[in-house]
Amino acid sequence: MKPRVGVLALQGGFAAHAAILHRLDVRVDEIRTAEQLAAVDALVMPGGESTTMSMLLERSGLLEALAERLDGGMGVLGTCAGMILLAAEVVDGRADQHSLGMVDITVRRNAYGTQIESFEADIDVDGLESPFHAVFIRAPVVERAGPEVEVLARHEERPVLCRSGRVTVAAFHPELSGDGRLHARFLADL
Amino acid sequence: MSANTETSAAGAAAGQDRPATGTTLVKRGLAEMLKGGVIMDVVTPEQARIAEDAGAVSVMALERVPADIRAHGGVSRMSDPEMVQGVQAAVSIPVMAKARIGHFGEAQILQALGVDYVDESEVLTPADEVHHIDKWAFTVPFVCGATNLGEALRRIGEGACMIRSKGEAGTGNIVEAVRHLRSITGDIRRIAAAGDEAELFEWAKQLRAPLPLVQEISDTGVLPVPLFCAGGIATPADASLVMQLGAEAAFVGSGIFKSSNPPKMASAIVEAVTHYRDPGILAKISSGLGEAMAGLETAGLTTKMAERGW
Repeated sequence: MKPRVGVLALQGGFAAHAAILHRLDVRVDEIRTAEQLAAVDALVMPGGESTTMSMLLERSGLLEALAERLDGGMGVLGTCAGMILLAAEVVDGRADQHSLGMVDITVRRNAYGTQIESFEADIDVDGLESPFHAVFIRAPVVERAGPEVEVLARHEERPVLCRSGRVTVAAFHPELSGDGRLHARFLADL
Repeated sequence: MSANTETSAAGAAAGQDRPATGTTLVKRGLAEMLKGGVIMDVVTPEQARIAEDAGAVSVMALERVPADIRAHGGVSRMSDPEMVQGVQAAVSIPVMAKARIGHFGEAQILQALGVDYVDESEVLTPADEVHHIDKWAFTVPFVCGATNLGEALRRIGEGACMIRSKGEAGTGNIVEAVRHLRSITGDIRRIAAAGDEAELFEWAKQLRAPLPLVQEISDTGVLPVPLFCAGGIATPADASLVMQLGAEAAFVGSGIFKSSNPPKMASAIVEAVTHYRDPGILAKISSGLGEAMAGLETAGLTTKMAERGW
């Protein structure tokens, strides 16, 4: 049976993630409520505004359900804002912003500056034969990665793709460049 | 220059080691991240904080909300840079600001201030009665208004990376935005169903739109950039309506800070844009919000801002 992959659709780049996943022969569900989350095998947490998503997670009652699924070992791919929400520690976030603490990293929000500093660049990813084209939009920077965290890619020395158990996080947007290799790898690891 | 050429230029830059900024992918990428969100007009840093607290994905920094621009009259210009910087310092979410139609001088200043998006906006007094800004010449991305698909494609041809409807600003009346969204999405569906290339040539002629963009819509069935709604949103139900009509996010101007309880109205509209297809949730969040902004019947207006732009 096809795995069911949810894309958290409270706000942000969920449509682009869903488009890539549809090419990879999985069933894709948009997730806005705890009931919808209960039906999926794995989750993608997209980019967008982490402050907005954090509030909507709380107001929709999804926050507790999500924390429970994460404790239960559900596979998650978090990009940009998704990475911020999954990090152990956030610098420059809002005081009331929720951290799910699934990956032992410290991230700084908007560390590259405003949109004018947003960029695209090729990066080398462990296990991929050719470079991956990465799009960084007002991206967070990983300032510290704990000893248990696998750093799978770096850009200018800084970690930009990390894995910890079944949770993978990226500072960039693999859903925007049309290259499905990182999504395919995430699904293969489930 | 067509959007297609620009996209391939961005692709070529991809092979280099130096990171490429200001590419079409990067500019449209931020619009992609704002989807499912609410962009709120604010006139002070304090309002910007209220907007961020309520869950706004971005704020539009301007001196007066459209309802007051309407009441005030006179020439309406770009905001004072000091005001824009005050808003930038107050929040961590992206900050947008408006330049007058055709006023590339104002846009250059906004880019120098590091705003995240420039709105070439009909809400301000136009500076050029023929030309819009050459938006390809900028690193900062632009959003432009459109009443129909032809206008949207002309703006995309000029480099806009996000299109919004041009609902009559400052009226609290959703009727104009609904007309624009239905017109844009209806023509997209009709182009996607076109029989042959000859019909596409005719569409480009009728719409006064660049042919490559019409051909792109025929191939993909969607607008080449995100389509947001602006103008006249005053309640969570309005937000739900425009999202169901095909808008991918919402700009709310006077609707928040002209209501009786701005923080409550702001967070209710944020939730409405997320849960726009769930009437049960919408009923709950629409309850007890206080007075929405007072509305205006668009037929009685002497200034129709949506008619600005060419």
